[in-house]
Amino acid sequence: MRYSGFRVIREALTGHKGWTPAWRDPAPQASYDYVIIGGGGHGLATAYYLAKEFRQARIAVIEKGYIGGGNVGRNTTIIRSNYMLDGNEPFYEFSMKLWEGLEQDFNYNAMVSQRGILNLCHTDAQRDAYTRRGNAMRLNGVDAVLLDREGVRQMAPYLNFDSARFPIKGGLMQPRGGTVRHDAVAWGYARGADSRGVDIIQNCEVIGMRIDNGRIQGVETTRGFIGAKKVGCAVAGSSSKVMSHAGMRLPIESHVLQAFVSEGLKPTIPGVITYGAGHFYVSQSDKGGLVFGGDLDGYNSYAQRGNLPVVEDVCEGGMSLMPMIGRARLLRIWGGLMDMSMDGSPIIDRTDIEGLYFNGGWCYGGFKATPASGWAFAHLLATDKPHETARAYRFDRFRKGLMIDEKGMGAQPNLH
Amino acid sequence: MIINHPLLGPRDSQEFTYLGDANLIDRPDWQAPDAVDRFFEYLYLRDNPAGDHRELWFHEQGDRSWVVVTRNMATHEILNVELASDVARNRGRSK
Repeated sequence: MRYSGFRVIREALTGHKGWTPAWRDPAPQASYDYVIIGGGGHGLATAYYLAKEFRQARIAVIEKGYIGGGNVGRNTTIIRSNYMLDGNEPFYEFSMKLWEGLEQDFNYNAMVSQRGILNLCHTDAQRDAYTRRGNAMRLNGVDAVLLDREGVRQMAPYLNFDSARFPIKGGLMQPRGGTVRHDAVAWGYARGADSRGVDIIQNCEVIGMRIDNGRIQGVETTRGFIGAKKVGCAVAGSSSKVMSHAGMRLPIESHVLQAFVSEGLKPTIPGVITYGAGHFYVSQSDKGGLVFGGDLDGYNSYAQRGNLPVVEDVCEGGMSLMPMIGRARLLRIWGGLMDMSMDGSPIIDRTDIEGLYFNGGWCYGGFKATPASGWAFAHLLATDKPHETARAYRFDRFRKGLMIDEKGMGAQPNLH
Repeated sequence: MIINHPLLGPRDSQEFTYLGDANLIDRPDWQAPDAVDRFFEYLYLRDNPAGDHRELWFHEQGDRSWVVVTRNMATHEILNVELASDVARNRGRSK
């Protein structure tokens, strides 16, 4: 069923009896050409682009929980392509271009809203670094605008311009950045993949992998064995757990990141604003709630929940940047599992096991990468060659010293 | 989380900073013939288990000792705390 304004009107006049489920609920078949482990944004996008752009094949996505229950529904919905390094920037810009055409492409309202992202700077050194990053972005054909203090004040007069300790010196703005309704991304990709014949199998957890003579034969799941010619793993925070079934140790640690939503307020924050002196980033949802987050809790975790010290730290950052939010009440706090890699950048690569492919290590930047990650992973699965924007995301970059370390933190995953 | 320090008793985890997997104690021999491979694994690869995890915490705002904490990654329950120096000596290290 194609969604359109005409369809909405017709359904409104006929009692909304014509809507059908957006995707089927099939039982797993005995075997597929491609099995994608992980029904999150990246897994669904992979299946969608694989079916649409690359191959007519039998494809399944298997998900241990339900669609939209993992990180794709737990992030702070920000999209941007304001990276500096060559290995990253073309990839994230490719993702941004896919975001811009996404809703027409998969015929689903994902509420892509390019309201801009503003990174504030508070010292001269930080402004120099942002100037450099902005120049790197523009060399890659990406929009970047350096704002001075008055430029920031015009955009967001309610920020704390009187702070003597962390004065606002200006900011780096990417006007094409913004937010997207994250659940709709999962649903849109799921619907788009399903309508092209992809089986989306929920409540189906991988508990083992069958590997013969260095070649993948399929996956053991809680709903029985599923054979596959090729298996792609895109499971974010559970990467180490799933890939351990293939005997692999990854350059990844799982960490917990918390996010927050306040009660609904009148429209006040135009786009996304990030604080340069503390770790705090905030946007406002269409319902009016402030959506914000900060640092990782800092210790390894699979718990999908964090602890109170980070709640305090994030709220202190928020109060320091925009004192006006002090009276707003928090509605919800939640945690998601981040697959923190050793250099803060992701991996989309083959493994030493023939037919087994890996997509992970997105740290806490996976949401904005969803379309390009799916496209690049589908490209790799279909052609056995990396996509031109994802060539640097290899496993062996750690062994070879070719790290893509935007923050220059070294092999300390909780600092990226 | 409360870390039961072997010398100081129960302390808030906020007093500590986190390093990571306790295998970082076992620094490879730099003169071994396969030192390159071993340092690659030592520095970059992690077990990252979804169950019990032995990890290094530094009591930065306390007595500045390193401790090895055994903690369940799914529940955050702390099962055991040892001084890292004791762990290292038990593995044959001089300090």
